[in-house]
Amino acid sequence: MVSLALGRRSAAAASGRPSPFRLLVANRLSALGLAVLVAIAALAVLTPLLPLPDPDVTDPAQRLLRPGAEGALLGTDHLGRDILSRLLWGTRVSILVGLSATAIAALAGSLIGLVAGYAGGATDSVLMRGIDLVMAFPYILLALGIVAVLGPGLLNALYAIAIVNVPFFARNIRGITLGLARREFVDAARLSGASHPAVLFGEVLPNVLPTIVVTMSTTVGWMILETAGLSFLGLGAQPPQADLGSMLGEGRKLLFTAPHVSVIPGLMIFALVMSINLVGDGIRDVLDPRLKSGALAAPGAATAVRRDTIPDAPAPGPVLAVDGLRTEFRTGDRVYKAVGGVDLTLAPGERVGLVGESGSGKSVTALSLLRLVPTPPGTITGGRVTIGGDDQLAASDEALRRLRGGRVAYVFQDPLTTLHPLFTVGDQVMEAVRAHQPLSARAARARAIELLERVQIPSAAARFDAYPHELSGGMRQRVCIAMALANDPELIVADEPTTALDVTVQAQVLKLLRSLSEERGSAVLFITHDFGVVSELCDRVAVMYAGRIVEIGPTAEVLAAPAHPYTAKLIDCVPVLGQPERRLDAIEGLPPAVDRLPEGCAFAERCPFAEARCRDGDISLDNLSGDPLSGDPLSGDRAARCVKPLWGEA
Amino acid sequence: MSWALEAEGLTRTFGGGRTLLGRRRPAVHAVQGADLAVREGETLGVVGESGCGKSTLARMLVGLDRPTEGTISIGGQDTAEPARGDRRALARRVQYVFQDPVASLNPRKTIRQTLEAPMRRLLGLDAAARRQRLAELMAAVSLREEFLDRYPHEFSGGQAQRIGIARALAADARVIVLDEPVSALDVSVQAQVLNLLDRLKREFGLTYVFISHDLSVIESVCDRVAVMYFGRIVELGTARELFARPRHPYTALLMRSAPTPGGRRIEAEAEPAELPDPLNPPAGCAFASRCPRADATCRDRRPPLEPNGGSLAACWHPLDATAPAGADLGDHG
Amino acid sequence: MWSYIGKRLVVAVPILFGLSVIVFAMMAMIPGDPATAILGSYATPENIARLNRQLGLDQPLVQQYFTWLGNLLQGDLGRSYALNRPVADEVFERFGATLVLAGSALLLCAVLGLIAGIAAAVRQFGWTDRVVTFLVLVGISTPSFWLGLLLIMLFAVQLRWLPASGMFAIYGGGDLPDLLAHLAMPAVTLAVVATAVIARLTRAAMLEVLRQDYIRTARAKGLSERRVVYWHAFKAALVAVIPVIGIQAGFVLGGAVYIETVFQWPGIGRMLVNAIATRDLLLVQGGVLVVAASYVLFNLLADVAQTLVDPRLR
Repeated sequence: MVSLALGRRSAAAASGRPSPFRLLVANRLSALGLAVLVAIAALAVLTPLLPLPDPDVTDPAQRLLRPGAEGALLGTDHLGRDILSRLLWGTRVSILVGLSATAIAALAGSLIGLVAGYAGGATDSVLMRGIDLVMAFPYILLALGIVAVLGPGLLNALYAIAIVNVPFFARNIRGITLGLARREFVDAARLSGASHPAVLFGEVLPNVLPTIVVTMSTTVGWMILETAGLSFLGLGAQPPQADLGSMLGEGRKLLFTAPHVSVIPGLMIFALVMSINLVGDGIRDVLDPRLKSGALAAPGAATAVRRDTIPDAPAPGPVLAVDGLRTEFRTGDRVYKAVGGVDLTLAPGERVGLVGESGSGKSVTALSLLRLVPTPPGTITGGRVTIGGDDQLAASDEALRRLRGGRVAYVFQDPLTTLHPLFTVGDQVMEAVRAHQPLSARAARARAIELLERVQIPSAAARFDAYPHELSGGMRQRVCIAMALANDPELIVADEPTTALDVTVQAQVLKLLRSLSEERGSAVLFITHDFGVVSELCDRVAVMYAGRIVEIGPTAEVLAAPAHPYTAKLIDCVPVLGQPERRLDAIEGLPPAVDRLPEGCAFAERCPFAEARCRDGDISLDNLSGDPLSGDPLSGDRAARCVKPLWGEA
Repeated sequence: MSWALEAEGLTRTFGGGRTLLGRRRPAVHAVQGADLAVREGETLGVVGESGCGKSTLARMLVGLDRPTEGTISIGGQDTAEPARGDRRALARRVQYVFQDPVASLNPRKTIRQTLEAPMRRLLGLDAAARRQRLAELMAAVSLREEFLDRYPHEFSGGQAQRIGIARALAADARVIVLDEPVSALDVSVQAQVLNLLDRLKREFGLTYVFISHDLSVIESVCDRVAVMYFGRIVELGTARELFARPRHPYTALLMRSAPTPGGRRIEAEAEPAELPDPLNPPAGCAFASRCPRADATCRDRRPPLEPNGGSLAACWHPLDATAPAGADLGDHG
Repeated sequence: MWSYIGKRLVVAVPILFGLSVIVFAMMAMIPGDPATAILGSYATPENIARLNRQLGLDQPLVQQYFTWLGNLLQGDLGRSYALNRPVADEVFERFGATLVLAGSALLLCAVLGLIAGIAAAVRQFGWTDRVVTFLVLVGISTPSFWLGLLLIMLFAVQLRWLPASGMFAIYGGGDLPDLLAHLAMPAVTLAVVATAVIARLTRAAMLEVLRQDYIRTARAKGLSERRVVYWHAFKAALVAVIPVIGIQAGFVLGGAVYIETVFQWPGIGRMLVNAIATRDLLLVQGGVLVVAASYVLFNLLADVAQTLVDPRLR
């Protein structure tokens, strides 16, 4: 056990991940809160040991002394009792009551939530309807009702506050449990022979625990406030016992004559609750994994551009010219070079496939073209993207906006998440039209229906008012394509548009894209992981690996005779319909992490032909004919980033 | 011939019944009347598009879901009967590999804890036996033993799927249901896992039920294949026969829709494809609305799954068994 | 849409029914004998038995409940023994005052909370965000009853800008400006916590929405950033915020208990506190029931509003 714990700690230290406590203290406000909280808690713990007068002994002769009076640091109240002493004793009581109420509410609520969320069905219905009933009462009102029944008193106030907060825990925990209970690992545990209680407490609970802790830490302060509130109304602590709320309640009557009697306990409640909330926020940030690595940051309108060098303008002609594009993601002190220098040119009307596995940088390349990569954490750190003769990485916000959906349109992968769920599909197409054309609502509507018809949506006029969730996946993707066509773009960037679709639907969408691009003469940049799809649609193909293009050329030629070992391997490791006897030639190992790219060829580690010079220096993308690359998309050049390609000149 | 797994008339209905007020609740038939039999040592593929019921079928086979009707027997023993008490006996005979390998591992448990659970609970192995079996398992799936004390988030998708496979093997089950085991993986890793599955099958004499939407993967790993559409098996036959000479127009459509690198052009239906409304299923063949060969019979009467050439097909107008794949589908595409 | 509203209304009925059961059960659980409480401890057993019969207390509990419910549905909430008038009259008179206070607080917190939350989300990590985040923390950490006292000290005692208590001036008041002057401090005090909660949630919801794929689509279409943030993102965030405003209505209605006590506002909260102190249980029962029922109805409204915004819920 000891060795295990030690082992884990050293593993954490080795991986450079700071401990949760470190993270908590790193947040300055939370650290401040923690310091204040520790100070208050220490005072409360030490109160019985401090040389304080008895908090309940009255001394009418010494009544209403101001703070700073001799022998009474914070003065005295209307009965001549020492306020400092009452304050500290009262703080003790308030903290204790708050913690107990939280513990009771958390225990009962979490248990209800766990059982309801895991069992589902009738159990869930019955438990949650009960919770709904409790929640049907306005918060404090129920506590008041409970105190009315049980009679005023500190303990009864504690119960009341605890009961009132049970639904809060129950609902929160049920939500999380519900999500976890549907997860595959729960099924897996069942198949491993675990009984329901074993699954619930052995598999689900450990995943719910952080949420319980976070919920507790964010509600302790609230419960202290509320019990103080009941005492303030005279329904909690009964005289002569002091808690912070009852001190404040007694002081209220002296508001005009001796404000310090009520101000001081109020200040203490505020300091206590505020420090607890600060620490609670810190704990939440540490335990909520979504907040790590700045994932919660909302992206701005356009990717940040910080380029060291800007390549010269290319020769006019191509619809798109990408030169040395670099895009990085920065989280903490790590730099992920998602796109590490991509050159790509598209002729008008040309369809080019950008192929790669996940993490190869193909999607980031596509998004970088119109600066749609989220910042933070993305930054474009180099290169030039020329569209319509202008470097759009230097374009103003307004120029960029006109380009987006105008000259260049996007179609994304998952058509359910890429359409706004709260607007009708017709409105969304119409919006795309009106963002670039000054049309009346009526004309834009007619145009939108025309677009929906053009992507072969049956009874388009009727579907105009449908919401995305009312359409099938294939229909939704057609809507996305209609949106992309709204302003007759020169270039359509399609980022895995058929990956989420069924194969028969994919066939239709591919056919549609092909015919639309032929009809309108739009160029298409098609991002995919599937060579089959590329060979169906694209004139040329570029293969990406670890953020760079490793091979490019006419699709049929590349497929027939790949030059880069990675391309060859990638083709060979996929089963092909009609060739069941083919042995799958797997690529051993994994692609390198783009924050720790090796020197030389990124594929060398997995390449059967690699030798010493593969791991040395920067390897350029060279024309396989031995001539320099023309950069002209129509030249039919084939190029590979390899010192010893499978054929051609190195 | 011995059957490793037999399913008869499997049906799973979601919803249904009546409300408190006696109104009929809408029912969705996810799987209807599926008959399946898997020979010992073979790989049976189940292929179909989303919503065809293949995952529901897979979950019923391992007992994660209970059939509304029908029986499943594994190794000659009916699993549905004593289902509740005998879960563990069932889990010793049939195991499951999940589609999403990372989600199938509890993020708060080490690989050791995950892999030991079935050994302890299902096989009752003691600590020493478990240690030895762990070593064997990790070697079988080609993972280093030092991975045992790591947590799932430290693994790539391919490694996580190897762990998922190791867990399925841990209980010593002979039948393994693989639900889209490589769909979530990158193509280069897909091949690694497919090759691993092939090797394990030979080494341990396993029987696979392999669920996938990917025809080419199915063709390359399966001995026999069942094609599902809208909750029913529409064609069943040996992989060789079925892919060479599809009888059901839907099978043919699937094959013509799948793009192959450098291969012939895919063909697509002219009308956007929509599945029938599951709350209001058609009386006849569910594919009739998309089928160029459909006539009044198809729309009115449901075709039974009947022998046709070397395969079974549920079609009133099956494709000609002598013609090559996909040639006989009218003037479509 | 309409069928959904109808369904929600139908669902509200069992909740209201359950509410009445709980309130009735709570009162039935109170130890002690009401007849003794009314007649005093020197009453003869015969008198107590007679009164029990008059009050129907010799009947089985279920019977008592349905009798009570029948009276309730006819607007009869019993008679307050301390005030010696029908509970219904007192409760509805007080409830009007509470509605004025809670309604204005709710309006205030919804508007301010939404604005602050959006402003913080749009300038994430900027100064606006930091200030809002800090104020939110202060807001949820401040005891509202104490804040009320501080405000009275400042604006009523020191500056003498606003009246310290009551709903209308005793002499010459009664018009709208007078009401507003009296309303300002209690409404603001009551709104503080709810504003903070709504602002925090709005900020989180906006940030969550802004990371969604459909926002990227909106930008890729070439929509102006203003349209993206204030139309596409805001509408989606609203779906998450509306139920929270509904819940905050409960906190505001409940919090009115403190605020009415501090500012001597003649509302139902103060009435309840007094009724509890004097053990005037029928009055407590009536007050709790009416406030809870109004909260249920308000949440129904919030549900309907959410459905109007989100077609997926229909």
